[in-house]
Amino acid sequence: MKEIVIISGKGGTGKTSIVASFAALAGEKALADCDVDAADLHLVLNPVITYREDFSGGKKARILKDACVACDSCIETCRFDAISYKNGGKITAESVPSVNPIYCEGCGLCVRICPAEAIAFEPRVNGEYYVSTTKYGPMVHARLGIAEGNSGKLVSLVRQKAREIAEKEGLDYVLVDGSPGIGCPVIASITGADVIVAVTEPTLSGKHDLLRVSDLAGHFRIPLLVCVNKWDLNPSIAEEIENEARERGAAVAGRVRYDKAITRAQIEKTTVIEYTNQGASRDIRALWDMVRAAL
Amino acid sequence: MKIAITSTGEGIQSKVDRSFGRAKWFVTFDTETKTVEAHSNDQNIHASHGAGIQAAQNVAHLGVEALLTGNVGPNAFRTLQAASIEIFLLDATVETVEDALARWEAGDLPGIGAPTREGHWV
Amino acid sequence: MKIAIASGKGGTGKTTIATNLALSRAEAGERITLADCDVEEPNCHIFLKPHIVSSEPVTVQKPEVIEDRCTGCGICGDVCEYNAIAVIKKKVLIFPELCHSCGACSLLCPENAIIETPRNVGIIEKGSTAKLSFVQGLLNIGELMSPTVIHTVRKAAGNNGHVIVDAPPGTSCPVIEAVKESDFVVLVTEPTPFGLYDLTLAVGMVRELGLPFAVAINRSDLGMSELTRYCDSEGIDIILEIPDDRRIAEAYSRGEMIIHALPEYRPLFDSCWTEVMRRHRLPLSKQKEEVL
Repeated sequence: MKEIVIISGKGGTGKTSIVASFAALAGEKALADCDVDAADLHLVLNPVITYREDFSGGKKARILKDACVACDSCIETCRFDAISYKNGGKITAESVPSVNPIYCEGCGLCVRICPAEAIAFEPRVNGEYYVSTTKYGPMVHARLGIAEGNSGKLVSLVRQKAREIAEKEGLDYVLVDGSPGIGCPVIASITGADVIVAVTEPTLSGKHDLLRVSDLAGHFRIPLLVCVNKWDLNPSIAEEIENEARERGAAVAGRVRYDKAITRAQIEKTTVIEYTNQGASRDIRALWDMVRAAL
Repeated sequence: MKIAITSTGEGIQSKVDRSFGRAKWFVTFDTETKTVEAHSNDQNIHASHGAGIQAAQNVAHLGVEALLTGNVGPNAFRTLQAASIEIFLLDATVETVEDALARWEAGDLPGIGAPTREGHWV
Repeated sequence: MKIAIASGKGGTGKTTIATNLALSRAEAGERITLADCDVEEPNCHIFLKPHIVSSEPVTVQKPEVIEDRCTGCGICGDVCEYNAIAVIKKKVLIFPELCHSCGACSLLCPENAIIETPRNVGIIEKGSTAKLSFVQGLLNIGELMSPTVIHTVRKAAGNNGHVIVDAPPGTSCPVIEAVKESDFVVLVTEPTPFGLYDLTLAVGMVRELGLPFAVAINRSDLGMSELTRYCDSEGIDIILEIPDDRRIAEAYSRGEMIIHALPEYRPLFDSCWTEVMRRHRLPLSKQKEEVL
């Protein structure tokens, strides 16, 4: 069982469309949508949810109004500016501060120092994950609550569930749709993967961001394959990117041309591979063959 | 002495778990009393970060002196070292906890002096 | 005024809009600071080409044990919610990359044996172009704490004229750190299923934060009317529409400013600014000034 993670560094390069296409091309596989902040894969793979579970990503503090003596020790100690009086101050004798769950990082310090033991420390449900069936195979995906922190824990959970399913059912691949960027959620998407496919675009931004991604792959010592999507928008930068990638020890897995069919397929809620045989669809087939060969 | 094996299940027939930090169970075996015990690692499976560190602390608290597992990241490794726990590597041919024990007793499993992989979160 | 340019989905055109809005205003004579808060992948510098005059490390506090005072009691390990401290055989092990700098360990150590020392997680760079001030942050590879770097960038941008923040994509904590304390948020999207879906997430986020906002649509003539219908039904204003012009994509790929490469688009950015100004609610004191 091989785990392939597709990431992009920079957002909007076409990563999810390519993952969807791989889903249509790969043999027996499980899918994991780890772009939990803005999960889009379900919009083209049309999963049917068979199992859902709440996800708790940490704890949050909550001030118990009746027990609070408004000593303000919590406000003074909180390093995340998460505690304040709603109306700006002690308006009435009954005023007590409250914890803003958006800023609370669940460190528990206020809970421990409160002289009145008036702060509850509770696991916070900040999302859900789903196990679904699609016509391409089982899919694990998730929804992070709005304004919730993305520590990578939900990403790790989605990947773990997908791997468990793949192992149990003897599937050949786990295909992971990763997050943009180079931070926590991406790190959680790539660690332990067999290969990373970085999708980028032929722009100076795309080039710049790919270099950061290749540093990240190097840092975690995972083989990296690079693909320039919409390459014909700027062939010379596409070539620069591929040369730089090779210099840094990555392999070039292929190029995909700019093709409106990719957007049209998305609008039709299907994969490019099923939408057409021409253009970008052919490029993606060749790309998949290269990825498979690299494993 | 007590040794711990990372396991997917509670008994010695269970398949080994190659991950350390997020292993489902630690099955311990006391070489003197020959008793087998299973300890759940559930709290760590969903840990945000530092599952390896927590797992290492748990294993140390159990009085374990040797650990048989598939992979140890740098944070877990450092913690296990501080606890003076010897680490032995389970290769792909080891299937069950019972296998692992037999191979260890035969002196067949390599010890490791450094983390087997880069830091990871999964 | 502080305006944040954000979006649920990556690659919709935040940087294009942030940089072109900032430069068109600056060229019209306003005092503008562009703050690139996409610290994982900052791109504004590619287009604005600022001259960087200072580069400083961004640090977070990490705990350090004063060995002589430590009794190995283990309280620090117990109170750390992030597994950044392990106490084994009375020895304290610290894992700085997991530390959230909450201060619990040093505050609660009964022997006062823990101090905090700084650790580099990124850099902040300040500079300018002929026309505007520029600040950007860069998170070190392998680090997790982007909000700290973002916070530093936002603070460094200060109140130097109007501040335009290029936020990272998404709706989770780095984005919140970037858009916090803004007077107005422009949410950038595109008329595709991914664009629409991610916009709904971004709208949820700004509403949760209680920030006034409007929508900018890039590649607007791609032709999915569902997007405009959504904005209509939610009472959301669309204040900028940029057509799907391949020349824009090509200019962008070369790192060029749209308002320079294709000057016919400048009026779009000018009117976007006017729209923001019209919708932005001035604080009470300023409103009184306006009336008087």
